[in-house]
This record gives sequence, structure tokens and C-alpha cells, in this order.
Amino acid sequence: MPSLKDLRNRIASVKATQKITKAMQMVAAAKLRRAQEAAEAARPYSERMGAVLANITQAVGGGGDAPALMTGTGKDDVHLLVVCTAERGLCGGFNSQIARFARDHIRRLLADGKQVKIICVGKKGFDILRRDYASMIIERIDLREVKTLGFVNADAIARKVIHLFDEGSFDVCTLFYSQFKSVISQIPTAQQIIPAGVASASAAAADGGNAVYEYEPEPGEILSDLIPRNISVQVFRALLENAAGEMGAKMSAMDNATRNAGDMINKLSITYNRQRQAQITKELIEIISGAEAL
Amino acid sequence: MAEAFQFELVSPERLLVSEQVESVVIPGAEGEMTVMAHHAPVMTTIKPGVVTVKTAAGKEERYVVFGGFADIVPAGCTLLAESAVAVGDIDRTDLARRIQEAREDAADAKDDEARSKAEQFLSQLTTLEGAILPA
Repeated sequence: MPSLKDLRNRIASVKATQKITKAMQMVAAAKLRRAQEAAEAARPYSERMGAVLANITQAVGGGGDAPALMTGTGKDDVHLLVVCTAERGLCGGFNSQIARFARDHIRRLLADGKQVKIICVGKKGFDILRRDYASMIIERIDLREVKTLGFVNADAIARKVIHLFDEGSFDVCTLFYSQFKSVISQIPTAQQIIPAGVASASAAAADGGNAVYEYEPEPGEILSDLIPRNISVQVFRALLENAAGEMGAKMSAMDNATRNAGDMINKLSITYNRQRQAQITKELIEIISGAEAL
Repeated sequence: MAEAFQFELVSPERLLVSEQVESVVIPGAEGEMTVMAHHAPVMTTIKPGVVTVKTAAGKEERYVVFGGFADIVPAGCTLLAESAVAVGDIDRTDLARRIQEAREDAADAKDDEARSKAEQFLSQLTTLEGAILPA
């Protein structure tokens, strides 16, 4: 049985923890709003980019001059996975959710006899995947120093991926991130970025653009400029969604932690009061029985 | 007064402009062009330069863009810029940094094609600097 002093100390320490989790929750809530705004502000660009891409794909018609980034290498042997996670923990199952999703995917690919390479964006995913697949991780991108995610960050990652593709180090590139559905639900998502999803793009074009476009310079040339940019945009969107998701997950995790701390304080207080009462009663009994003995 | 049309200037970070305008001057990859209402459908890449927007209200606004695409249809014009800022907000140090980077790119270009591309980009940037920053 812990002494009264022990209980007092525990209550004080739980209270201190509660203060911290409460503060973290509020910080996450503020950051979540900012991250959500950023994600929303970036949406028009990626939507328009999709429309333009669909339009131009139709113009090129998937002919021989479509760039390799779009058609792929024609093989399906080496897979590059870009796994985006958060830089920090304390956000519930957010990071492990993405990592688990990626791991399942890796296992499936390995079972099919494919070769897998991994680029980790974010420290947490790296820490988790390192345990099982350390030899496959070819690069680790650190965004810890970055205060506000800019397009340049995403562009740098996309450029690295494209550079690897040009060297012929992989055939298929898939992006792993967490789609921000709501504060309490983030869905781990895999999105193939190389070769770009042509099929869906041309389907979208069928109902939109029937105008005859003039192209300056040639469609193929525009396309070869557009595709790398589209990859940057996709990466950027993934990073933004991830940032919003991380903050959402952190907020709900910290909210839970704060509530748990509250429950714990209540329980400890009851034990504390009960024990104090028991001690008082015991002392009274001692005095009374002492007086009666006289 | 000329007819107005919908113009949108979008950068990856946000939507900068979305309004009715009278005319827009776009620095196309193959020369500047002025877009007005009912323009024939054109898609063009843009080079670093200044986009001049004349709004329906008659105001003139200028934005600096660093590469991107313009999608022009009779009903409107969408400009997807890699990065865009209003001329009033341009940051001298940022521009200087970009020029510095372009210079390095030109210096480490491996083959002639890459070098001429990098040099072209550099010259576009320096022209841009001259245009918006009167010494």
C-alpha cells in the first residue's frame, strides 16, 4: 500500500503530465487549422493540373512521343516506394498505420519476386521500416528543419525520384501517405506516380475537352515538361495531407491522453482521501481505546 | 470597353487570382501574348517573366511568375505557375538566390543541350530582374 506521501507525489506528477498533453493538444489544434488551410489552398492547383494533363494526354493520344515517365519502362521488376510519415511521434497510430500499410505492400511485392527500394520521408517511418527492410532503404529525407512545407520541398523529392528513374534504377514508383479524411480518421493510401495513371486521365478528358487546342510548343514537349511537374504536385499534395493528418491524429491522441490523466487523478484522489480518512479513524480509535483503558 | 473573362492564377501553394479581367499579358515560351475574351484555345508553357493583368474594373496588376503553364479557352484562362508573387511583394534576395542557382546549374551542366537550357533560363531570369527592379 503506497503511503500518503507517495500518493501525493503521484497525483502531482500526473497533473504535470496532463498539463503537457493539454498544451500539446492545443498546439496541434492550432497547427491542424493551418495545415488544413494549406491543403485546401493547394487543391485548385492539383485539380487544374489534372485537367490540363488529361487534355494534353488526349492530344498526344498516348502515341510514340509520350515521355517515358508516363508510359513507364515497360517492365515491372523494380519498385520504388516513397513512404511519407511524420517527423515526430506522439500522434497515436498515425505513423505505424502508414508503415504497416507500406510493409504489407512490400511483403506482397517481395512474394511476387520483385525488387523493392524505399525512400523514407520523415523520421518515424524510417525508424519503423529500418527494423525489417534496412537494406532496401536507399534514401532518407529529413524535413525536420522545415517550418512550413513549401512546394520546393516536394519539388526536391520529386526531382530525386525522377533522377533515379532516368538512371533506370526502378520501373514503378508508388507514393505512400495518409489521406486526411477528418480529424479522427486518416486513411493510409498508396498512389502510383510513375508511370502516371494515363487511363484515368484520358477518361476524364473524354467528357471535358472537345475544343481543338493549339499548342505552343508541341504537345509532346509540353507534356515532357508537365509530367515531372505533376509528380512534384502529387508529392506536395501527399506531404500536405500528411501534415494535416499528423496534426489531426496528434490532437485526438493528446485529447485522449488528457482525459486519461484526468481519470487517473480522480482515482488517485479517491484512494488518497480514503487512506487519509482511514488514518484519522485509526488515530481516533487509538486515542479512545487509550482513554477507555484508564 | 472590351469584354471581360475569367482569369485564374494558381501556384502550388494557393490560388492567387480568380476574377473577371479584360486582358492578360502572358510571357509564353515562344513570345509574349495578350489574351482577351474569346481567345482561341491555346496551351503554352511560360517562361519566367511578368504577367500583367488588367481587371474588369480597369486596375492593372502585375505578378512575377517563374515558369509554368497557361491553359487558354474562349471562356477563360488558367495560369498554372510554378511560383508566383505580386510584383510589389517580390523579394530581392529570393530572386538573387534563384539567379545564383541558375548560374550554378549552367556551370555544372553535363552536355551541351542541358547547358544551353540552363543558360537560357539564366538569361530569362536576369532579364526579369532588370524588368522589375529598376536599379
